[in-house]
Amino acid sequence: MFDFGPFFDNIDQILEGFWATVRLAAVAAVLSMLFGTILVSFRVSPVPVLRTFGTVYVNVLRNTPLTLVLLMCSLGLNDELALKFSESNSTYYWWAVLGLSGYTAAFVCEALRAGVNTVPLGQAEAARSIGLTFGQSLRMIILPQAFRAVLAPLGSVLIGMIKNTTVAAAAGYAEAATKMKDLLDLPSFTSGALPLFIGVAAGFMILTLPTGFFFGWLHKRMAVAR
Amino acid sequence: MSDEATVLFDAPGPRARARHRIATVVASAVFLAVLAALVWRFNERGQFEGRLWSPFLKWEVWDGLILPGLWDTLKAAAVASVLAVLFGMVFGLARLSDHRWIRIPAAVVVEFFRAIPLLILIFLAFFVPNKISPTIADSSLGTFQRLLVDNFFSIFGVEINAGTITVPAFAAVVFGLVMYNGSVLAEVVRAGVLSIPKGQSEAAYSIGLRKNGVMRLVLLPQAITMMMPAIVSQLVVLLKDTALGFIIAYSELLQAGFKQVPANYDNNKLQAGLVVAVIYIAINMSVSRFATWLEGRGRRSRKTSAATMGGGVGAPPAPGMAAGPGTL
Repeated sequence: MFDFGPFFDNIDQILEGFWATVRLAAVAAVLSMLFGTILVSFRVSPVPVLRTFGTVYVNVLRNTPLTLVLLMCSLGLNDELALKFSESNSTYYWWAVLGLSGYTAAFVCEALRAGVNTVPLGQAEAARSIGLTFGQSLRMIILPQAFRAVLAPLGSVLIGMIKNTTVAAAAGYAEAATKMKDLLDLPSFTSGALPLFIGVAAGFMILTLPTGFFFGWLHKRMAVAR
Repeated sequence: MSDEATVLFDAPGPRARARHRIATVVASAVFLAVLAALVWRFNERGQFEGRLWSPFLKWEVWDGLILPGLWDTLKAAAVASVLAVLFGMVFGLARLSDHRWIRIPAAVVVEFFRAIPLLILIFLAFFVPNKISPTIADSSLGTFQRLLVDNFFSIFGVEINAGTITVPAFAAVVFGLVMYNGSVLAEVVRAGVLSIPKGQSEAAYSIGLRKNGVMRLVLLPQAITMMMPAIVSQLVVLLKDTALGFIIAYSELLQAGFKQVPANYDNNKLQAGLVVAVIYIAINMSVSRFATWLEGRGRRSRKTSAATMGGGVGAPPAPGMAAGPGTL
């Protein structure tokens, strides 16, 4: 039952899957932070149109299952509407990146908004009193402090995102979970089933646990002293 | 927030008003352009044709496909919610135990199931028992396995035939949801109990209560009130995650609405996706509303001061108690 032979026979496939996971997670991490920051500046801005857009976007994306978001991206927008990034298979990769980033951005936005709520009122008043506009005070005074306050929650959002890359299996992007399923679908792959689970679980722990420790450390280091 | 002074921005003067007007016009133009491009694309690909939309006006589509799917989603979510809350309570309190031999194994279990993706857990429950049960059946644990399945796991529809276990998709989804969300809830419970001021337990001990009484009569009642919003928003996450059952072909809402309906009605994937999304959003938003209401009710009873950027929206939640943003 604990025969790791079949697992190591297929290690190159599994590593290929994890490499696909890492490529998806890395790009989605950058994009979701970017989108999330833009969204939160919409949500707190003095322009009602932007605020409404931010609220609607966050509420829609946060309440839709990621499986549906990714399926709509790959089967709906890519296949049905033929909005393709490229003619090759990489179009599914980019739709997975976009779907995952768009979904995660809603959570990044909510985390940052909680961070904006922790900035003391005096900071914004002081920023205004030296004549900064809304954009300037957001960029130079409020967001930097908000980011530092919510590093730990942002870390959990990122960890959640790394785990959510597995959902891209539904959207035709072959990452670690797809490889695991493909191997488990083989009738011959019986004795290696449990070791395969252990291996894949360990692979995800290698990705998620250091991310958690890093953000915990960063949170302590960067905490705003008040 | 209205256009008058808020904590983030003053009542705008003439120049700021002009800036805001320009921003409004530009933003509206961009949104409308994107929307128009999408509508144009829909039209060009023939996605507005009546035959693609009309299935959702027929009762048999709702009665035969969507509503049974919705029922299966709610069934999995309800069973998993109850079990996950139980799991979270047991393991959250076990992590607070004074005995190292309870605390450490509980911590290992919780951290393990929190660190790996839910889909991998569902795959574990769905594929692995079938493959390894014949080996166990041949070993000395064979009888134990049979009794366990017959007397307990059969509640969830798990079957054992000549030593080979078959796990239905429903049971696999519930297993994954309980293990993952239960572990998250265990952390919520732990954080909730730890956030109660130390004076509460000291006072309870000083009037002669034992550990059991301190926890049951003093700490938990206060912690549960505080944890309610976090628990409810985790249950929204759980409900959303039932959609992962799609991948192992569990007959839930996404499977019924996004796979069965397009398969039977001209491949209307976009239309079906939109309808299913509206159903999910409606359900989840009402549960979230409930969570917000609970949160507001809980907060009213406590005194909060600290003026922050939220403009009197209250103090930030205690670490680990943040409802919503931290949970994906």
